[in-house]
Amino acid sequence: MSIRTPLGKVRGLGAAKNGTAHWWMQRLTAIALVPLGIWLLASLVALVGADHATVVAWLNRPVPAILMILLVTAGFYHLKLGLQVVIEDYIGAESSKLVLLVLVNFACIALGFACVFAVLKIAFGS
Amino acid sequence: MAEPDTKSRRPTSPHLWIYRWTITMATSIIHRLTGLALGLGALLLTWWLLAAASGPDAFAVVHLFVTSWVGRLVLFGFTWALSFHLLNGIRHLAWDTGWGFELKTATATGWTVVILSVLITLLAWVIGYHMLGAY
Repeated sequence: MSIRTPLGKVRGLGAAKNGTAHWWMQRLTAIALVPLGIWLLASLVALVGADHATVVAWLNRPVPAILMILLVTAGFYHLKLGLQVVIEDYIGAESSKLVLLVLVNFACIALGFACVFAVLKIAFGS
Repeated sequence: MAEPDTKSRRPTSPHLWIYRWTITMATSIIHRLTGLALGLGALLLTWWLLAAASGPDAFAVVHLFVTSWVGRLVLFGFTWALSFHLLNGIRHLAWDTGWGFELKTATATGWTVVILSVLITLLAWVIGYHMLGAY
């Protein structure tokens, strides 16, 4: 049993030193991804068999372009947080854990930005 | 003074596989597995978007893959993974508010998520195959 007060504990922000930030951002992105995920599934079903011109014409419109950017941003953020927990749970060795966390962060940021760039290129392109 | 051997004498919990499977257990591990699968799905989405931005030739390659039998099987898997992770995610958000922890409720919502995710996947594919005629 600790003699530290609840306030004293929370000031230190716990063992990870970032308090509830990870938990909160995972929930925040999860809530955003519920409607965005339904939209993605419905859109992809509607686009089954679509050729290049049809997909480009679709992403050329403001609403699909904005929703796609929101989806990939929230999605890759959510993926980064989720993969981080999986790595922290299953990878014991500190060095491999660190390397994997760096790789996951880099990959999620790079892929997320690549998606945003692709959508913007289509939206502003033709 | 010798260091205590904390590594080997640490008490361990009973191995997971000795327990009878329950739906709450299954949905918990499937949530994590579908999350990992959707990470791979995000790679496919990235490829698709980049190909669409690159032009008709690059897009044709993705099209060839997703319309192949392997591609269709992979997409079917992603459809279910997304449906399950989304529905079970709502279940997790409900738990965050403190609702649904009673054993009966958690079992019922677990089965609801499994059945609904399968139905949504099948519905999406039935509509998807109807869309094939539209282009």
